[in-house]
Amino acid sequence: MRHALFSLVACGLALVGLGGCDRSPPQPKFFAESNPEKLSDWGVVAASGGRLVLGNGVVPYDLATPLFTDYAGKLRTIYLPKGTEATYQPANAFDFPVGTIISKTFYYPTPDGADKMSGQVLPALATDTQSGADGLDLKSTRLVETRILVRREAGWQALPYVWNDDQSEAVLMRTGTIVSLTLDRRDGTSEPVTYAVPNVNQCASCHTPDNASRQLAPIGLKARHLNRSFPYADGTENQLAHLTRIGYLAGAPAADTAPRNADWQDQSASLEARARAYLDINCSHCHSATGMARTTGLQLDAGVTEARRLGLCKPPTAAGPGTGDHIFDIVPGKPDDSILPFRLAGTRPGIRMPEVGRSIVHREGLALIRQWIAEWPGECQTE
Amino acid sequence: MRSVTPILAVLIMAAAVSGCDKKPDQSKSSDAAGDKAKQAALEAKLIDAKPGDTIAIPAGTYHLDTSLSLNVDGVTIKGEGMDKTILNFKGLVNGAEGMLVHASNFTIEDLTIQDTKGDALKINEGENVIIRRVKTEWTNGPATSNGAYGIYPVQIKNLLVEDSVAIGASDAGIYVGQSKNIVVRGNRAEQNVAGIEIENSSDADVHDNTATHNTGGILVFNMPNLPVPGHSTRVYHNHSVDNDTGNFAAKGAAVASVPAGTGVIVNSNREVEIFDNDIANNQTANVIISSYFSTGYMNKTGVSDAYDPYPEAIYIYGNRFAGGGDSPDGLDLKTLKVAMFGLTGHIPDILWDGYVNQAHLVDGKLDPKRGLCVDNGDAQVLNADGPHKYANPGVDKATYACALPKLPAVSLTGPLAAENGKS
Repeated sequence: MRHALFSLVACGLALVGLGGCDRSPPQPKFFAESNPEKLSDWGVVAASGGRLVLGNGVVPYDLATPLFTDYAGKLRTIYLPKGTEATYQPANAFDFPVGTIISKTFYYPTPDGADKMSGQVLPALATDTQSGADGLDLKSTRLVETRILVRREAGWQALPYVWNDDQSEAVLMRTGTIVSLTLDRRDGTSEPVTYAVPNVNQCASCHTPDNASRQLAPIGLKARHLNRSFPYADGTENQLAHLTRIGYLAGAPAADTAPRNADWQDQSASLEARARAYLDINCSHCHSATGMARTTGLQLDAGVTEARRLGLCKPPTAAGPGTGDHIFDIVPGKPDDSILPFRLAGTRPGIRMPEVGRSIVHREGLALIRQWIAEWPGECQTE
Repeated sequence: MRSVTPILAVLIMAAAVSGCDKKPDQSKSSDAAGDKAKQAALEAKLIDAKPGDTIAIPAGTYHLDTSLSLNVDGVTIKGEGMDKTILNFKGLVNGAEGMLVHASNFTIEDLTIQDTKGDALKINEGENVIIRRVKTEWTNGPATSNGAYGIYPVQIKNLLVEDSVAIGASDAGIYVGQSKNIVVRGNRAEQNVAGIEIENSSDADVHDNTATHNTGGILVFNMPNLPVPGHSTRVYHNHSVDNDTGNFAAKGAAVASVPAGTGVIVNSNREVEIFDNDIANNQTANVIISSYFSTGYMNKTGVSDAYDPYPEAIYIYGNRFAGGGDSPDGLDLKTLKVAMFGLTGHIPDILWDGYVNQAHLVDGKLDPKRGLCVDNGDAQVLNADGPHKYANPGVDKATYACALPKLPAVSLTGPLAAENGKS
C-alpha cells in the first residue's frame, strides 16, 4: 500500500515536472535466498501502462525452434548482474554467473473485443505474435504465468508465478495450478486446454539435463537454439553476436561457425534439420544419454547420429500402453505404425509425450514428425 | 435397500424442486476445494522436504489431479497403512506418474497409490531405497489402458521391496529395472501382465513372494539398447500359482510376448537360479526359458549389436511343480501341445524355446557352464525348437542333468544392511 501511494505521488510529481507520466523501467533485483511472493519484486518483467515491460538491462531472446506448450506464446528474457558474463559452451547450456535471472512469460492472444479473462484464447502463431523486443502489448493478451529460473550460489532454482485476474501482477505459486482455457483454433473449431502451471518439483523434471547430479539448468540458452537473428529494439542482430556485444557472453565463436538448429517452420531448411530441431527442443531434456529418460535407450538430442538411438526399428523399453499397439519407435516410411508420433498425438497422461507441459496436440509439429518418418527409406525386418 | 432407493430419490427431487439443492452442490465444491487444499499441502511438503525428514500422510483418501514428485535425498514418506492412506490419481491431468521420485536414501511405506494413468510409483535413479507395505492398484481390474508399472524402481543401487502389493498393471506390478543389489521379498502381485519383473538388473534375490492370477508370475528379462545388461538373479521360495489372466499388455510392450499362464519366465538373461518355489497350475507352462528371438522384436537395425539375446547359465532345482501346461497360450504352443501330448496332455514343467548362441558352442554343444541345468525330480524340459519353427521339438530330462555354481545370497549394504535376514 505504501508503495502504491508512493508511486502515485511520484507519478504526480513527474506529471508536474515533465508534463507526462514517465514510467521508468523496473530495476532487476537478485534474491540470493528468499523467494519473493510477487513477480514484480524481481524487476525483470512487469505489467505497466498496458504493456509487459522489461527491466533495465533485461534482454529478450528467442529460440530457433521452441518447445510446444499448448500454443502459448512465450516472452523469454535474461538478465546478468553488472560486470558479469556467461561462458560459452558448444553443446550444453552456457555457464552463467550467480545472480543470473531468466524469465519466461507464457501468454495467449485473445479474440478482439473478448474479455481477456473469459478463458477464450487464440493460438500464438509465429506470424502474429509479438517479438517481445519492446515488451508485450497487453491489449489483447492474456498473461498466464511467468517462470523465473535464477542462478544462486547452490545452483539454479525454478519458481512459477501465476498472473492474477486483473493481469497486474503474478504471484508465486510453488505448488503450480491448472488454468482452464478454450483455444479458438481460428478455423471455426475450438478445444479445451487444461493448461498446467508446473509445481517447483515438476520444473526439475525438464530442467535436469543430468539425472545423476540432479542439478537444474536452463534448456534454451544453448548455442544451437540461440544462433538466429532477433529483432531487437535497436535493430536486428544475431543473438550470439548481440549477447557478446553487450558483454553478456564470452567465448562465443562467430555465429556462422557456431552450432545452429533449424527453425522447424522454415521451409527452406531440410525436413531432416527441421524434424531434428523439433525433437531436440521438445524431447531431449529427458531423452539424452544423461537425462531422466536415459532408461529408455531413446535419445533425441541434436548430437545423436545413430539411427537406432533415434528410435529406428527400436523396440520400446517401458512404454506400456504408450506403444499404441506398435512394436517399434520408428518404422521408416510408416508413421502410422510408429510409436513416436503416436505419443505426440496422445493427450492422455501416461500416453502423451512430453509428460508435462502439454495437454493438447501440436498438430503442425506432429505433421512434421510424421512427414520425416514417412520419407525415411528402409524397413524394420524382424528375425 | 431396493425399496428405499426410490423414496430417497423422491425426497432428493422434492428438495431440488423446492430450492434446497444448493446444499449438496456446496458440499461437493467444498469437497473439491478440500482436495485441492490437501493436494497443495502435500506438494508443498514434498517441495520443502529436507534430508532426514519424514513426511507423514494421515489416513484418508486423497484425490489428486497432479503427479507428486520428490527430488530430495534422505526423505521418508509414510502413510498410516495400506488401504488407510490412499492416494487416488483417477482425476490426474498434470504429469504422468502417480508419484515420481528422484532421490537416494529414500523410504516409502504404508500407503496405497491407486488408479494412476501412467506408472504408479516410479523411483528413477538413486541408492538405498526401501519400498515397504506399499500397494499399487488399478481398481477397475486388468485393462490395457491401465498404467504400465505399479512399483517401479529403476537405476537403483541397493534396493529393498518388501511386503507390498501390486494389482492390475498393464505391464509389470513390481518392476525393478536397471538396478543392482536387490531384494524383493514378501510381496503379493496379482492380475498384472507380469507379476514381478527383474529387468536389466544384477544381483537380485526374489523370494517369499506370491504371484497369482497374472499373465506371467515372475519374470527375469534383459532388454536391448539399455545402459546395462542384467545377470545373477535368484528366484526362490516363492508361490507362483494360478497365473491365468489373458495378456492385456499393449502390443510392443516387452511383456506383450509373455504367454498367458506362465509361472516363471527367463528371457535373454543369464545366471538365473530358480529353486525351492511352489510353481503350479500355470496353464502355458510352469517355467519358460526363452530368447529375445521368441518375442518377435528381434531385428538388426533397432537392436544393439552389444545385446545378448540368449538365456544362459540357468539353473532350476528343488522346486515343487504341480499341474500347469494344460492349456497353452498362442496357436504355435497349442498346436505343439496337442501334437506332442494329446488333447488331455500337458506341456512339461519347463519350456525352453531352444535358441542357442552358436558362438558359444564347444565341440558342437553348448558350453556346459552356459547351459540350462535342471535338478528337479521328475520335471522335464520341452525343447520347442523355436529356431526351426517348432519342427523338431523334444522332451528330455537327461540332457539337462547338470549343475551350475550357486549364486551367493544378496547382501544389502550401507543403511540397508540392517534389513538383511529379516523377512
